[in-house]
Amino acid sequence: MIQLIAFYLFAAVVIASATMTILSRNPVHSVLWLILAFFNAAGLMVLAGAEFIAMLLVIVYVGAVAVLFLFVVMMLDIDFTELRAGVVRYAAVGIALALALAAEIVFAVGAWQAGGIELGRRIAPVDDKVPNIEAIGNLLYTKYLFVFEGAGLVLLVAMIGAIVLTHRNRSDVHKQNINRQINRRQKDATRNMQPKVGQGVEL
Amino acid sequence: MGYSAQLLMTLPEVVLGLGAILLMLVAAWGGQGSTRAVSLAAVAVLIGAGISLMGPASAGGSAFGGLYRADMFAAFAKAVIFAAAAVSILIAPKFFATTSGDDLRPEYPVLILLSAAGMGMMVSAGDLMSLYVGLELQSLSAYVLASFMRRDARSAEAGLKYFVLGALASGILLYGISLVYGFSGTTLFTDIAQAYAGPKSTGLLFGLVFVFAGLAFKISAVPFHMWTPDVYEGAPTPVTAFFASAPKMAAMAMAVRVATEAMGPAVHDWRQIVVFAALASIALGAFGAIGQKNIKRLLAYSSINNVGFALIGLAAGTQAGVASVLFYMAVYVVMTLGCFLVVLQMRDAEGNAIESLDSMAGMSRTRPGLALAMMIFMFALAGIPPLLGFFAKLEVFNAATAAGLFPLAVLGIIGSVPGAFYYLSIIKRMYFDDPAPKYEGRPGLVEGGLLLAASVAISPLGMLVLPCLSAWTALAAKSLF
Repeated sequence: MIQLIAFYLFAAVVIASATMTILSRNPVHSVLWLILAFFNAAGLMVLAGAEFIAMLLVIVYVGAVAVLFLFVVMMLDIDFTELRAGVVRYAAVGIALALALAAEIVFAVGAWQAGGIELGRRIAPVDDKVPNIEAIGNLLYTKYLFVFEGAGLVLLVAMIGAIVLTHRNRSDVHKQNINRQINRRQKDATRNMQPKVGQGVEL
Repeated sequence: MGYSAQLLMTLPEVVLGLGAILLMLVAAWGGQGSTRAVSLAAVAVLIGAGISLMGPASAGGSAFGGLYRADMFAAFAKAVIFAAAAVSILIAPKFFATTSGDDLRPEYPVLILLSAAGMGMMVSAGDLMSLYVGLELQSLSAYVLASFMRRDARSAEAGLKYFVLGALASGILLYGISLVYGFSGTTLFTDIAQAYAGPKSTGLLFGLVFVFAGLAFKISAVPFHMWTPDVYEGAPTPVTAFFASAPKMAAMAMAVRVATEAMGPAVHDWRQIVVFAALASIALGAFGAIGQKNIKRLLAYSSINNVGFALIGLAAGTQAGVASVLFYMAVYVVMTLGCFLVVLQMRDAEGNAIESLDSMAGMSRTRPGLALAMMIFMFALAGIPPLLGFFAKLEVFNAATAAGLFPLAVLGIIGSVPGAFYYLSIIKRMYFDDPAPKYEGRPGLVEGGLLLAASVAISPLGMLVLPCLSAWTALAAKSLF
């Protein structure tokens, strides 16, 4: 019973906040609604027994993607009223797209229930009693260790590449030298002077 | 099997990966000044990875539940790949020092090391997942290397073009992989082969077509060759030499393994694709090259042309065919690296690189040694006996006729005639035309030595290694069947 209540609660909040993401006039509010939607979708995933995906939703989507959105939205100077101007003009296309997507969903669900495509052997059968984080970890760090490390190297290359292609040493800007700042003592920075009356201070 | 035994099998990749990370740290602290040391250390790492091939890495086992194959086939391809990668590191310092613009940075050898690790994964892949990860590791490094001279507009353009088209090809390949997985229920090559041995559904055939389309892009076979001339022309010359050698070998070896090990039972289905790609590549590579004015573009078409010939061996689909592909690619890598070593010497008095074909006129009088080396490579690429290039073509055609593909072999031989035309026209230009301004600068000890080694290997003296090379490729091919 409690699961049912939780499901309807999470599902209702997901739908409501997703609607508000589209409808709210302020783009920053939109992103905040989106974050709420992600959180509740994570709740739905926990109910479905996929706690790993729930964690991913919170950590990856809320923690990284949505915050990145927020930064982009706040930092870029986008005129959102101008972007929204074409809503009526493109309404027909949008509705057609939505109908196509809805038809596809119905189709996919129908095909799934009919058991259309024979998905032969499973690569790694899962034991129901093992929590899926443990199951994924078991596979990832044993059987798929090689591929996992390879993916790590791919990310390393992406990082090196981004720096190689964009980083340059600029000579026209001052750089902070923390070591020099810390090593500077008071006697290097200040001087006690006793200037005579009527004479200035030589710096 | 314990972890240590599995890691010993993957030792070449482990050495390359750890070496690259370590050298990256050296570069991070040493900065620009450490470029020379990092380059030399990277070559040492590649040699170390090559030596590690003699251990369990070529013993024929498989690690990580079949994801990684440590057989002779992979070892042969890796030996060629590591050698080509080492050469591309060695030829870089002089090019970047004499060409105005960007300096060589220590990231260059590090990226080549990572790319070599990716290529090792590609040729050893026994599963579509390790294949894809290896391919991405190689490609991603290659995209960065293509635009390494970021102040040069052409280099940046080459990198961007390569990236966009490469990403598209990866998408096509992934789509194929997803179809194959969806309809066979597995990504393991041996299990996929079982699925293809049974009744083939339309989905499996679609998957096969998309996988081959993705692979064709990576080996730049027609009709997925469009990126090659632009990328080869724009990328810095040492990088172009790298692109034309090591990744070509890796992608070809990967295609051979997928074709024979995963889709071997469907040989009649993919043979028509390979035959079409082979003939179209030979024709386009030959006719496209004729109008070129830039030596790097011309060599790009030449590489398309050569891939066509290598694919004839694959079309045979037999053990002898696989051996001939390996043989052809090994000889091709030496010939191409030799050509690019000559191109690297083409510099004017200010040290700027010259790439026009017109500037090669009369080279036999201004730089006789260089012209002689280029002549050897051109004759070899044209497939004229007794140079090594002839024997490579012979092996391929032999394999095709033995497999009953007689018309294909005949068409291939006919197709090599227009190819010979433009190779010979370069020789004519060098030996019979009025001299153009002389190229300045002498090759250094490293480049001179490499050039000498490549020309001796391709020259009739190279026939001495023929029995050894044949035996090795035959042994490598045997491990696939």
